[in-house]
Amino acid sequence: MKGKMKLITFLLSITLIGAVLLVGCSAEGDETAAEPNDTDQADTTDDKNQDVDGNTLATVLDRGYVIVGGNNQLPGFGYLNSDGEYEGFDIDFAKTIAAALFDDPEAIEIRPLSAQERFTALQTGEIDLLIRNTTWTLDRDVALGTNFTPTTFYDGQGIMVRADSGITSIEELEGARIGVETGTTTESNLADEFRKYGITYEQVLFDDSDAVVEAYESGNIDAWTTDKSGLVSRQATMQEPSAHVILSESLSKEPLGPTVRHGDDQWFDIVKWVTLATIEAEELGITSANYEDFLDSEDPVIRRFMGDEGELGQMLGIEDDFAVRVIKHVGNYQEIYDRNLGPDTIFNLERGLNDLYTNGGILYSPPFR
Amino acid sequence: MSVDLKIIEAKQIAPPKTSTNAWEWAKKNLFNSWLNTILTFIASAVLFQIIYAVFGWVLTEAQWDVITENYKLFMVGQYPVAQLWRMWAALTTLTLMFGLSAGRFKGTMLRLSGILLIVYLIHLGAPFTSGSTKIWLATQISILALGYLIGHYFVRAKRFTLIGWALSIPLILFFIQGFGILPAIRTNVWNGLMLTLLIAVFAILVSFPIGILLALGRTSHLPVIKYFCIAYIELIRGIPLITIFFMAQVLLPLFLPTGLTIDNVIRVMLGATLFTSAYMAENVRGGLQSIPNGQYEAAKAIGLNPVQTTFFIILPQALRAIIPTIVGQSIAMFKDTSLVAIVGLVDLLGIAQSVKSNPEFLGRHMEVYVFVAFVYWVIAYSMSYSSRRIEKSLGIGER
Repeated sequence: MKGKMKLITFLLSITLIGAVLLVGCSAEGDETAAEPNDTDQADTTDDKNQDVDGNTLATVLDRGYVIVGGNNQLPGFGYLNSDGEYEGFDIDFAKTIAAALFDDPEAIEIRPLSAQERFTALQTGEIDLLIRNTTWTLDRDVALGTNFTPTTFYDGQGIMVRADSGITSIEELEGARIGVETGTTTESNLADEFRKYGITYEQVLFDDSDAVVEAYESGNIDAWTTDKSGLVSRQATMQEPSAHVILSESLSKEPLGPTVRHGDDQWFDIVKWVTLATIEAEELGITSANYEDFLDSEDPVIRRFMGDEGELGQMLGIEDDFAVRVIKHVGNYQEIYDRNLGPDTIFNLERGLNDLYTNGGILYSPPFR
Repeated sequence: MSVDLKIIEAKQIAPPKTSTNAWEWAKKNLFNSWLNTILTFIASAVLFQIIYAVFGWVLTEAQWDVITENYKLFMVGQYPVAQLWRMWAALTTLTLMFGLSAGRFKGTMLRLSGILLIVYLIHLGAPFTSGSTKIWLATQISILALGYLIGHYFVRAKRFTLIGWALSIPLILFFIQGFGILPAIRTNVWNGLMLTLLIAVFAILVSFPIGILLALGRTSHLPVIKYFCIAYIELIRGIPLITIFFMAQVLLPLFLPTGLTIDNVIRVMLGATLFTSAYMAENVRGGLQSIPNGQYEAAKAIGLNPVQTTFFIILPQALRAIIPTIVGQSIAMFKDTSLVAIVGLVDLLGIAQSVKSNPEFLGRHMEVYVFVAFVYWVIAYSMSYSSRRIEKSLGIGER
């Protein structure tokens, strides 16, 4: 109701201002001033719509950098390092787009977004794409007017308990006090799962993940739940990491990936195939260290992928060697994963589902041809 | 009669002993009955426990490198290092104005400059600040001293200082933003304490004239103006600030024509200003109501028209009366800016949340939040302290 009122007020005031301007400007034919005004306005709005919806690529190339909506407070995925630069798994995927378009991974502007405003920012054209640990759901894909590009990280909700409690499955959590963050899908997933098993439990709500961990470590709650990647990253920083276990069951599916707006298929395709290029590169064994050896390869698959043959990039509207640029600057999927979440980081997260289909995971890139 | 005199004399000879040593004071106030003695012991035990735990944590357990490593982030956020001299230049402008005012007006400004000096000295002595930072800090201190001397000895400095304050605001904005002359700095890297202060100062300064107009409008006899102002004030005062921020960040972009976007920092600044204006208006209205009718009548009697009456007679007195409330409002606004962290802006609190997500510093959220709280406290306390001083020097509340 309030929204409608605001909209009406806004439109009225715009028309008023427009009318005043037009009356002020037009020296001739002032009887018809009101009508051209209306059509003029409609025209400009349409133009702007085109700008935002129809041709993101031109807008981005014109601007010289990509604006990416991101998370600035998720360990491993998006955060500020001490030099004031954004780092993380999601940030690296934002850099792949910049590398493909501009041959410069730093041609990005990260716009930190809260969970609530992320879709608004995408819809209004404030950002070009959204890479903010956003779960792909039917509702979001359809009702919110967004297109999800291939999933870059398959997550699932898990539960952490103390090792000495002897709990090994969800059924044994009967009557436990379980900590959960408010306002996230984890809350409803937890309720769904326990209703399925018909177990009673006591839900303890926190509005911040630090608070949940604090309560869990001090023994106020018996278990806590969030995405498994989050559980693992937190376990690493606990006083005694080995005293805790993560149950093997997953409460939900959380495919996370880059998102673009409806209505610009070209941009959707670009983001999709640039993302896939990192996976394809891992499968072909091309890394940022050895990509030069593949530049004059005889293998037609590699030649097409590297842009030596065919016009794959041109079909997308970008340079043919976009995959080379991505690998050169950011690396293939494995490099991105290892840099942010892999064994060299404190998270030491198993690849699990996020491994190539050839290694037992579900990452699979359609052919580049 | 003589008896009375004797009593007076006796009192004069032996005045009640007021200056007592600590032990006697304790005996009188803390141990004057067995109940009080028990309470004293319990309270001091609890107090000791708290202090011991807090200091134990601050001094031994806490790992403060999360603050020292990210100090630049907390202060100016991601502002490009190559352009940092502009932040320093902006700060130098401010320092100079503080120095000048301290030399000219003494009193509160002198004490505030003293606080500034202490802050600079602490940073100068801190082991984690880099060499160039120390040079800049030393410059700040000498500029402060220079300003003080100019203000002290240069007689015309009063007008100079007032004009300087007015000019310093666009100058500081020029340094930060560039206005097309210096390389433009996108607002997405305006973070940290700098953003907090920018939002707060912008909201407070801009809301002041708007608030005065709204207050005058509300007391106006013209129905359209009057009811518009009432509607505005009551509508805004009926909405929590966080709702306004959410509207600015989430709803407003949807209503704007597609393609037209207002920068999110600007949106939040406008939201904060709209909010503060309504409160400012009510404060000013309070001031207006405190002016007795006689003032209006006297102004009329000497032939002033309503505009002159308002601007030369009523407003100066009304505003003087509400200085403490305005400062209170400013402190509230300053602290309220931390809400922008919820809508995705990276102010001091926002940067704290980002820093604690750095895998290198995971689990150090306590240190980060304690530090942020301390920074807020230092600034808010300085403001409330100056308000108390101004109150005293104006004699408000003592008449």
